[in-house]
Formats: sequence, C-alpha cells, structure tokens
Amino acid sequence: MSGVAVRTRPRPRLRGAGLGLVAWLAGILFVLPLAWMALTSFHSEADAATNPPSLAAPLTLDSYREFFGAGGGASPWPALINSVTASLASTLLTLLLALPAAYALSIRPVKKWTDVLFFFLSTKMLPMVAGLLPIYLFAKNAGLLDNVWTLVVLYTAMNLPIAVWMMQSFLSEVPVAIIEAAQIDGARLPTILARVVAPIALPGIAATSLICFIFSWNELLFARVLTGVVAETAPVFLTGFITSQGLFLAKVSAASLVISLPVLAAGFAAQDKLVQGLSLGAVK
Amino acid sequence: MTVTAPPTRVAAASARSAARRPNRMRAWATRAPLLPALVFMIAVTQLPFVATLAISFFDWNALYPDDRHFAGFANYSEVLSTPELRKSVWTTVLLTVTVVLVSLLLGLLLALLLDRRFRGRAAVRTLLIAPFLLVPIASALLWKHVLYNPEYGLFNGVLHWLGGNGAPQPDWISDMPLAAVEASLIWQWTPFMMLILLAGLQSRDPELVEAARMDGASDWQVFVHLTLPHLRRYLELGVLLGSIYIVQNFDAVYTITSGGLGTANLPYTIYQTFYQAHENGLASAAGVLVVIGSIILATFALRVVSSLFREEVSRA
Repeated sequence: MSGVAVRTRPRPRLRGAGLGLVAWLAGILFVLPLAWMALTSFHSEADAATNPPSLAAPLTLDSYREFFGAGGGASPWPALINSVTASLASTLLTLLLALPAAYALSIRPVKKWTDVLFFFLSTKMLPMVAGLLPIYLFAKNAGLLDNVWTLVVLYTAMNLPIAVWMMQSFLSEVPVAIIEAAQIDGARLPTILARVVAPIALPGIAATSLICFIFSWNELLFARVLTGVVAETAPVFLTGFITSQGLFLAKVSAASLVISLPVLAAGFAAQDKLVQGLSLGAVK
Repeated sequence: MTVTAPPTRVAAASARSAARRPNRMRAWATRAPLLPALVFMIAVTQLPFVATLAISFFDWNALYPDDRHFAGFANYSEVLSTPELRKSVWTTVLLTVTVVLVSLLLGLLLALLLDRRFRGRAAVRTLLIAPFLLVPIASALLWKHVLYNPEYGLFNGVLHWLGGNGAPQPDWISDMPLAAVEASLIWQWTPFMMLILLAGLQSRDPELVEAARMDGASDWQVFVHLTLPHLRRYLELGVLLGSIYIVQNFDAVYTITSGGLGTANLPYTIYQTFYQAHENGLASAAGVLVVIGSIILATFALRVVSSLFREEVSRA
C-alpha cells in the first residue's frame, strides 16, 4: 500500500486529503438518518409519507404544534416534567453521595481504596433487569408504584458507580502538595474544599452531572414497568408511538426530536468527557 | 490528625486500648464519607439480586398467589427446556456478538480516519457522535417508522429513487427482523466504540511512530506492529463494555419488533414473563442466568479496566 508512498513525496498529502474526504462522507452518512428525521418533522404528514421522498416540500411547524397538544392528543408536558424531575433529582442525589465517597477514595484515601472502587464498578456490570421483579414487588407492596421518586432512587443507584469512578479520577488530579500547603497555612477542611479542590474538580463534576442526567433521561425499562399515568416519563410517552397510526411520520419525528433535545445538548456539552463516563473512567 | 491521647491521663492497664482508640476513630472518620454511598448501593442494587435468587427457586405465578411453593431447580430446567426461552438465550448472544463486533470494526475505521489532521476534524467528530446522543427509544422509533416503513420509509424511498418504479420495496422488519434491530443498535453504538478507540490512538507515543517511520516502516507495518498492540486493551475494553451494555438492551427490541419474529432477547423475555405472563419464579430464574452470564463477562472486563487503571496510577 505505501512502500512506494514513502519514496514519492506529493502522494501522501494527496492521500491525506482523500482520507479527510472519506471521513467527511462517513460523518455525513452517520448523521443522515437524524437529519432526515429533522427534515421530516418539519414537513406536513402528507409530504412526509410520499415515495419517493419529497425533499423540497414546504416546511411547517404543524407536527410540533400537534405534539404539544394542539391536536387534542395527550399533552407531553406531564411526562416531560416527570423526566426533568427524575433526571435532575437523581443527578443531585448521585452527586451528594458520590462526592464524599470519591473524596474518601482519592484525596484522603481509605485502606484498600482500589478494592472499594472496583466494588462500585462491579455493581454496574450486573444487569439491572435481573433485579426488576423484586423492586417491582417491593414498590407495589410499599405503595410506591407510579411514583417519580421511586425512579429517582433507582436512577441514583444506576449512576452512582459511574459518578464515583469519574469523580475519583477528577479529584485525584488535585495535587496533594497544594492541599498540604493550605493545611500548613492553617486552612480548615471546608476552606480547602471550597478554595483548593472545587476550582480544579469543577469541570469534571459538571461533566459527571451531564452524563448522569443523560442516562436517567434515557432510561425506559424501569420507567415502563414502575410508572403508570401519573409518573410516566418522556421515554414512556414515546412508547405510544410504537404501533403505527396511519400518517404520523412527521409527528413521531417531532416527538422523538423534542424528547432527545436535552440529551443532544448535554451530550455535546460533555463531549470531551463522554468517553471517560461511558468507559467508567478507564479511558481518559 | 493532631489528636493524640495525652499520656498523663492514661492509666497503665488500659494504655494499649486507649492508644488504639484515636487510631480507630481516625480510621472511621476517613471511612465515613464513603459509607452513605456504599450502603445505598448495596441496599438498592445488591439486595434485589438476592431476592431474585430466592424467588427463582419458587413456583410462583402472581395470578395464583396462594399456590406459591418451593420448586428447587424446576424453574431453571424449565428456562433451559422451553424452546422460546432457550431461543432468547441464543438471540441475546447473537444480537450482542453481531452488534459489538460490527460496531467495533466500524468504530476502528472511523477512529483511524479521525486520528489524522484534516480540515473540519472536530466537526466530523461531532457529526459522528450524534447518533449516540439520541434517546434510545427515539432512535428505535426513527429506524422503525422513518427508515424501515415499507410504504414511505427512507430506505425504500431511496431504492425507488435509484431503481425507478420497478425497484424492490422490501418490508425490512418482517424480512430480516433481527438484522433490523441490529442495524439500529450498530448505528447507535459505533460512535461509542470510535470514541474509546480514538482515545486509545491518541494515547500512543508519537515519538515511537516517528522513529518507526524513520526506519522505513510502512503505514501497514506501523499499524500491525505498533498501533494494534497498543490498541489491544482499548479494543478489549470496547468489546467488554459494549457487551455489558448490549446484553441489557431492551429499548430496541421492545420498540422495533416488540420481541416478535424471533428477536426476543433475555431482558425482553424477563420483562414479558413477569409483566405479562406473571410467572415470577420463571422470570427470576431467567434473571439469575443473565447475572451469571454477566459475571463471566464482568470478570474479564474488570481485569482489563484494572490493568488500564494501574497503568494510569503508576504514570501519575
């Protein structure tokens, strides 16, 4: 392939440009379904359902209006509000539990802290579906079915291992020397945390929060089983679109996009730390 | 840290235990911030598994609660002997292996493309991540309705464009149900693999590659002898984490085929067995089998993570 390329100078550059073009094509190909869905959501139902597809059909906001309840269908607002509650509250609770734990695993580590860290990780590797039935039975007997706070507790447990791992790696980036210097200067723990640790760890904490938010927002199985009319979340609302209902392509596209919007925003914001969260802190 | 027992107050008899007490207190003060998270984790995630294990030994249909009785391993032999349940084990394996390997390969190609300088590299990376940032059920709906729909989906629309009126118009989901589910998952998971492998590529020592090139190594030789060995653990990590996430997949199967046409995997089957058929004992036995499978995967995954982790710690 390139034994020749080493000897002839202009060719690598030409090939580089060619490979850049291939990368661009791949990127466009991957985003195409998503772009097509966005375009469809701005078409009328009649234009969305033509074969071959009509690219240049006039744009309209009709399906967004209908999604938000103009057509007399179920309003998505209660589901969206439930999702916001479940995701934000569980993210906060996760931080509240993970930050002190990460502190005890990095800045002032307990003995055998690596073992503890790996225990957290191992809980993430067991499929939550296997615990679903006892959780369902417990919630049913305790009167906690169809309650958004049940989801908050479960999502916190779901995200806690990831949060502890990520936070541990961010906190261990804080140099011990600075902390010791502050101690010698007579600074007390709260001051050290606020003035020394927080500024260094804050970007990492923000990224961790965004990733916890994404996972909570996306979750379907537990929300599907444990909620009904009152506490249904946005993904459960989307299950209403699983069976076809005549011409509804524009509407299903609009609904999917609106509900994905917070995740798209959070994901692009946390882009650089996304790998670290998904690989449970193993890759930086 | 500065707290030590004043020696004058300590009686000779209890000297040893008194000296140990501040130590022990300090140890507990160090542990204290860890405990809430640890207790919470065990209560919410580990106890349900124990309960699942217990329930799996009972013959228990929620519709006949009075008829609950101990059944030994009967549920397990039923899971392993009922054709549909046995098939869902096989479907889970097939789905996971296909999705993980194909998205790993695509992810590797994309990561290699992105590991070089070209105009708009950051933009392409953002485009490639986008599929992963769609809510999973939204992505499944996109594939099911907007792309696969036999009458007006994009795929058949494009075929119509290319082939005119006589173009084939397959009913994608009925004709190839498992592949239909797999394709949607591959689309979503390729970005994940790409991100992990790209991080691996960028942690490569550039001087080493440079030195190899100076010695006249070709691109292919650099790839085979330097890049691949370096990427090995990142590839392993991608395979294992991908498997752990895909084995648990519910959304795509539930949405695209509703578990029909032979696509029911174990999570879907567990959901259906207890939520619709109310067979609690059977569902639990299937759950225990998933856990056993996951533990086997997790053992390998933990080993890989821990070797990367130790390298990271020793580098710091």
